[in-house]
Amino acid sequence: MTKWLLVSAAIAVLLMALSFGLGGREEAALAVVGSNSVQPFAEMLAEAYQQAHPGRFVDVQGGGSTVGLQATIDGIAEIGMCSRELKKEEEALFRQVMIARDGLAIVVHPSNPVSDLAVEEVRRMFTGDVANWRAVGGEDRPIRLVVREESSGTREAFMKMVMGKARVSRKAISQDSNGAIKELVKQDACAIGFMSLGLVTSELKAVRIEGVPATAANVLAGRYPLVRPFLFVTRGPADERAEHFIDFVLSPEGQAVLEREGLVRAR
Amino acid sequence: MRKEKVIAGVLAALALTAISALAVIASFIFKEGLPIIAKVGLAEFIFSGNWHPLDGEFGILPMIVGSLAVTAGAMVIGVVFGLGCAVLLTQFCPPRIVSVIKPSIELLAGIPSVVYGFMGVAILVPLIREHLGGPGLSVLASSVVLGVMVLPTVTSISVDALQAVPRAYFEGSVALGATVWQTTHMVTLRAARSGIVAAVILGMGRAVGETMAVIMVAGNTLDLPHSILDPVRTLTSNIALEMGYAAGDHRKALFATAVVLLAIIMVLNSIALAVSRRLPAGRQAGRAAKAAAR
Repeated sequence: MTKWLLVSAAIAVLLMALSFGLGGREEAALAVVGSNSVQPFAEMLAEAYQQAHPGRFVDVQGGGSTVGLQATIDGIAEIGMCSRELKKEEEALFRQVMIARDGLAIVVHPSNPVSDLAVEEVRRMFTGDVANWRAVGGEDRPIRLVVREESSGTREAFMKMVMGKARVSRKAISQDSNGAIKELVKQDACAIGFMSLGLVTSELKAVRIEGVPATAANVLAGRYPLVRPFLFVTRGPADERAEHFIDFVLSPEGQAVLEREGLVRAR
Repeated sequence: MRKEKVIAGVLAALALTAISALAVIASFIFKEGLPIIAKVGLAEFIFSGNWHPLDGEFGILPMIVGSLAVTAGAMVIGVVFGLGCAVLLTQFCPPRIVSVIKPSIELLAGIPSVVYGFMGVAILVPLIREHLGGPGLSVLASSVVLGVMVLPTVTSISVDALQAVPRAYFEGSVALGATVWQTTHMVTLRAARSGIVAAVILGMGRAVGETMAVIMVAGNTLDLPHSILDPVRTLTSNIALEMGYAAGDHRKALFATAVVLLAIIMVLNSIALAVSRRLPAGRQAGRAAKAAAR
C-alpha cells in the first residue's frame, strides 16, 4: 500500500514540475508562425535577437503563409509570417509590416544552356504549352516542371506574378518545401522550378528574367520583375514583446542579418 | 473478489478507449468530409481528374489511381521478397541463423519513414532517372520504397504463420517421399495460407497509409500515370501536402479524400479476408496457424 502511495506521489510531483516548466517557457516565448520561405530567415533573426536581448525568447515555426495568418487570428501566434502580398479581404484583418523583399528566382540545372527567359516564356512553360527546352533556345529535352504545393506563399506569389489567370500544368511535380525543389532541380538537367532568391545556391542556376540577372542588387534597384514582400502580420492590441521583436527586425542590425542571407532590405 | 472486479472494470475502460478513439476519428472524418461529397456529387468527386481546390473543382481520380498503383507495386515487391524470406527462414535455415536474421529484418520496421523517403530521393530516384528515364520520382520509386517498408511486416507474420504449422504435416509429407521444397509449396504454405493472407493485409494497410516517404519520392503530380515511370500523387500525400494551407471547402475536400481512403482500405481488407475464407485446402490447419500467429 505505502509503495503505491509513494509511486503516485512521485508521479504527481513529476507532472507538476513538468507543467510548471512548460508553462514558464510558454509565457516568455514569442510565437512567430507562418511561411516556410520566411522561416529560415526568421530563425536567424530570432537567434540574433536572443543574443542581443538575453531573457527574451522567440519561437519560430513554419507551416505556411496561410497557417501563419490563421494562427494570428486564433491568437496562437503573436506574429504571423507571410511570403506574399495580403489579399484584399485579409488586409482589413491585420496590421502588416514588410520586413524584407525577396526575389522569386526561376531556377534550372547549372548545365542547362538556357539562361534568359521572358515572363511570357516562363508562363507558357508552366502551363505545359511549351514542353521542350528547344523551344526556348535550349537542347532537345523535355521540360520537367517542379512547383510548390497548392496555396503555399511562394506558389501564390508565382501564380500572381507569372501565371496570371493561367493554370499550372497537371504534369507538374509538387514538392512541399524550397529544399525539396532545390534537391530535384540540382539533380535533373530537364527541370525548371521557382524558389526564394535568398535560398538559391551555386548548385542551381537562376535564369535572367527579361534580361535582368536575378540578384539582390537588381531586386533592390527595382529592375528584377519578380519580387514579393516578406511580411510580419499582427492583430489586435499591440503586444509589447511583438513590437520589441519587430523593432529589432527593422533596425539596421536586424536588416543586416537579412541582407547577409541574400534578402533585400525593406526600405 | 472486489479487487478482481475493479481491475476488470479498469481494463474494460482501457479497451473501450481504443475503440472509442476509432469511433471518434471515423465520425469526425465523415462529418467533415461527407457534406462536400454531397455538394460536388460522389461521381464527380471520384471520377473527375480536375483538382483545382482554390477554384472549387474537386476530382480525386488521379489520386485514387495513384494510391492503388503504388500499393499494388509495393505489395508485389513486399510479398515476393517477404514471403521468400519467410520460407527460407522457416524451411531451409538452421534455427540459430533464424534467430539472428529475423530480428534484423524486424529492425527495418523501426526506421522512421522519413529516412526511407530520404534514401529514395538521394539514391533510388537518380538511379531511375538515369537508367530508365522519366523524372525519377515515380510509381516505381514509391513502390520500391514502400515494398521495403512492408517487408518486416510481411516477413515476420509469415514466419510466425509458417512456424505454427504442426511439425507432423512436414514429417508426414517427407515420409511420403516428398522433397523439402515439394512439402513447402504443397503442404506447409497451404496450411499457413490464412496467416500469410493476414500478413499481406497488414502490409497492404501500411502501404496504403504511408505518407511521408511517398510524398518525397512519388512526385505528387495531378496527372493520371501512364507508365510506372510517371510521377503520381496518392490520397495520403494529397491530404498531407495541402492540409497545412487548406481552408473552407478545400479543407473539407481533404477530409472527403480521407473518407475515400478509409473506404478503399475497408474494401481491400474485406476482399482479402473473403479470399482467405474461400480457400478450401488446409482450412483447419490454416485456422490453427492463424490462431497461433496471434
